[in-house]
Amino acid sequence: MTAIVETRALTKRYGRRTALADCTLTVPAGRVVGLVGPNGAGKSTLLQLACGLLTPTSGAVEVFGRPPAADSAQLARVGFVAQDTPTYATLTVADHLRLGARLNPHWDAALADRRIRQLGLDPTQRAGRLSGGQRAQLALTLAVAKRPELLLLDEPVAALDPLARRAFLQSLMEFVAESESQATVVLSSHLVSDLERVCDHLIVLADSRVRADGEIDDLLATHFRLTTARRDADTLPAGMRVVHAEHTERQSTFVVRADAAVDDPSWVMDPIGLEDLVLAHLESSADSRPALEPQR
Amino acid sequence: MIEFHIEPRSGVAPYLQLVHQVRQALRLGLLHQGDRLPKVKDVAAKVAINPNTVLKAYRQLENEGLVSPKPGVGTFVTGTLGDPATSEHEPLRQELRRWLASARAAGLDQESIEALFQQTFRTTVEEER
Repeated sequence: MTAIVETRALTKRYGRRTALADCTLTVPAGRVVGLVGPNGAGKSTLLQLACGLLTPTSGAVEVFGRPPAADSAQLARVGFVAQDTPTYATLTVADHLRLGARLNPHWDAALADRRIRQLGLDPTQRAGRLSGGQRAQLALTLAVAKRPELLLLDEPVAALDPLARRAFLQSLMEFVAESESQATVVLSSHLVSDLERVCDHLIVLADSRVRADGEIDDLLATHFRLTTARRDADTLPAGMRVVHAEHTERQSTFVVRADAAVDDPSWVMDPIGLEDLVLAHLESSADSRPALEPQR
Repeated sequence: MIEFHIEPRSGVAPYLQLVHQVRQALRLGLLHQGDRLPKVKDVAAKVAINPNTVLKAYRQLENEGLVSPKPGVGTFVTGTLGDPATSEHEPLRQELRRWLASARAAGLDQESIEALFQQTFRTTVEEER
């Protein structure tokens, strides 16, 4: 398994605020990786560190085994679509493609033209007059026509209506399926159902730390909801790691990580969906956060 | 040619949903031996799912002996999936009717009957695995 992006204890601070803390992870080649977490969790920071727009405060990040944006050859291998899929409002669609052709050594003009035709975009239209969905598709076209081996997308569908969102994800999956040695994609999103569709690997970030990281099939196979009469988490068998616990007077509900479900007449242990799995990790990080004001 | 869809709320892994849909199409007679399954690239782009998910589904179908890949050409249906002739259904239906009558006679209401059936069905499936 070749690592495309590798971080070791990667940390980014802005003054006293920590945006990303002690992040160690690997993005394997040929995967579509989902990055999920609440606002301010460090998703954008991680993506911007990976494409070289930011430099780490401490720790290290490597892309294709070298520092990000080391030289123009390295830059040509990485595509980045920033949050809100920015384009130049006063330039036309055709201007954007000309700009792409001038700035990128491996520019695939045929691909760019074909995509613009498929999308039904008017080349003479100014980008500022495009709809949100069309602008996102233009930004994606610019990123994929440079034929990147690694494509980073920061919340590309956040502002899109459901129809435009589906169209965008269709285009993205077409790019992944078409790329010769399958390209690696990292995209952040709040929409777990979208990520479950298009991703095979998931990274859960909360409070600037990595909470879970792995192949989605493995994550689903090792997370369970366990419902039982009220008991403390530390009375559960060894080998079960409690991700999140909730109690009423009589009942305890745990989300646990374990190699396999364990049969026991005193509890019900069922598989858990991806959305609940992600929420359990996010809630567990909220549990461990120090209270900002004294509890009343 | 068949078309796939994915239901995110179903709780069934996306690749298994594709496997089920191919099996369903074989049962319904929508796919026959020799038919080509849609190309991985086309499914990924149309359904907006990861191409690896499609590959995984096609591999699973291959392991079940239902399809086989021809490198560079595509994946072709090689197996058949038919329930035993519908003539077999009738005696089974009669037996089920008799069983339902005895469940009612034992005082079970509709919900309990459904729950009992579902539970027994699930445990039997799990035991057979």
